[in-house]
Amino acid sequence: MLEKNNSMDEVVVRIRDLHFSRGARKIFDGIDLDIRRGQVTAIMGPSGTGKTTLLKLIGGQLKPQRGTIEVAGQNVHKLSRSKLYELRKRMGMLFQSGALLTDITVFDNIAFPIREHSRLPESMVRDLVLMKLEAVGLRGARQLMPSELSGGMARRVALARAIALDPMMIMYDEPFTGQDPISMGVLVQLIRKLNDALDLTSIIVSHDVAETSAISDYIYVLSNGRVVGHGTPKALQETDSAWVKQFVQGLPDGPVPFHYPAPDYAEELLAGGES
Amino acid sequence: MMGGLQRLGRSALLFFERLGRGNLFLLRVLAGLPSLLPRGHLLVQQLYSVGVLSLLIIAVAGLFVGMVLGLQGYYTLVDFGAEESLGVMVALSLVRELGPVVAGLLFAGRAGSALTAEIGLMKATEQLSGMEMMAVDPVKRVIAPRFLACVIALPLLAAIFSAIGVMGGYFVGVGLLGVDDGAFWSQIQNRVDFFDDVMNGVIKSVAFGFVAAWIALYEGYDAVPTSEGVSRATTRTVVHTSLAILSLDFVLTALMFD
Repeated sequence: MLEKNNSMDEVVVRIRDLHFSRGARKIFDGIDLDIRRGQVTAIMGPSGTGKTTLLKLIGGQLKPQRGTIEVAGQNVHKLSRSKLYELRKRMGMLFQSGALLTDITVFDNIAFPIREHSRLPESMVRDLVLMKLEAVGLRGARQLMPSELSGGMARRVALARAIALDPMMIMYDEPFTGQDPISMGVLVQLIRKLNDALDLTSIIVSHDVAETSAISDYIYVLSNGRVVGHGTPKALQETDSAWVKQFVQGLPDGPVPFHYPAPDYAEELLAGGES
Repeated sequence: MMGGLQRLGRSALLFFERLGRGNLFLLRVLAGLPSLLPRGHLLVQQLYSVGVLSLLIIAVAGLFVGMVLGLQGYYTLVDFGAEESLGVMVALSLVRELGPVVAGLLFAGRAGSALTAEIGLMKATEQLSGMEMMAVDPVKRVIAPRFLACVIALPLLAAIFSAIGVMGGYFVGVGLLGVDDGAFWSQIQNRVDFFDDVMNGVIKSVAFGFVAAWIALYEGYDAVPTSEGVSRATTRTVVHTSLAILSLDFVLTALMFD
């Protein structure tokens, strides 16, 4: 038990003073985050707060203007390309679109990273792929093409592919967006169960508050390039922060206004003229 | 005035920035070519896709271009009583110029646009990002085999274009217009030089394949990942490749046949 607690305290991803801009638009303005081993950590916030960008920064696909991101003790943006690729073999990522290769079957999609990074005989590749597919409940769909899959199935296949190399952590980019209730329920369960069964560390980027809170150990809430709140799901429900309250409870008006900034309504109507 | 200057400056900067990125991209592709050695099947797949699937359009176009050359050549040469030279006229036109150039232009339209659309859509659907996150370099895995396939396929397609074109010229000149069969072939044999004519044509088509592949793949890789962005990139591929082939043809011709 003590050992388990120690491993929980270990920080897998450490982000310090992260600044990132796209052109003149500031996405992150000095954020600090810790993702702990074995936990499911959610990063939440409204659309356009840079949640996906954060995952790309952690994966080394984007470079910050300032600040550091350490994954497993290594500064991601100081690594050579080959070292970064070595690190990425230990990081799975589930893209919002699934990002399956559309010209090969489900089986070949999952076999893809295994074949690329190992010299295993085909019989063993087959067994590994079937094991991964069994874990997500799609062993029977292995000969289908990605275009034949429903949205939920495509995401489960992508999840099977993300765990193909037995990574230490998985990043989920909006895993619940556009899912029907059954698919959503399946994905929610899978993420939690896989995290615990495979001793993974999971980062979920999402704005689906209820589903994400249900399986998260810890939540960071982002807004305007900063962390505006963090804590366990229970602590965030009871927070005093007006912003976090608005987001978590889904209130239409609050610190994030309902109206896009505009001149005074009455004045504008009376002024007349063209649009 | 200042606004115009600013726009000009911005366009120039964007142009050179894009050119620089394009060159860096090419260096990465060239550096990725050795990684194809243990994975020949990727190259074979792409040779089929860009080469074999372009065969029909190349063969049909070659046949008609050769037939037109046969007709036009005959009407011009017959005035000087030199219609026996029809074979060599058709063959030299095809091997030196029309084979590499027209095959290159058709290749840009058929294979180049398809490559740009394919890579652009892979980018838009995050397949390239997905590969990167699986620690698979998309430049080595996806771009390099397509690049090499283009450089190998275009000279072969141009050769096929020229060969079928000569057959088309033969069909019209000898078959329909009554040019002497023996004169047609013997003049080709005597006057078409393997190194000066055939090899120079091959060198041209290798250069065109290189440029066509570079432009098509870079446009796809650098495309704005939206449906409009991919559509624009595909159009740019055909336009830029066609212009590049025509201008490069002039430069190479000036260097080769002075």
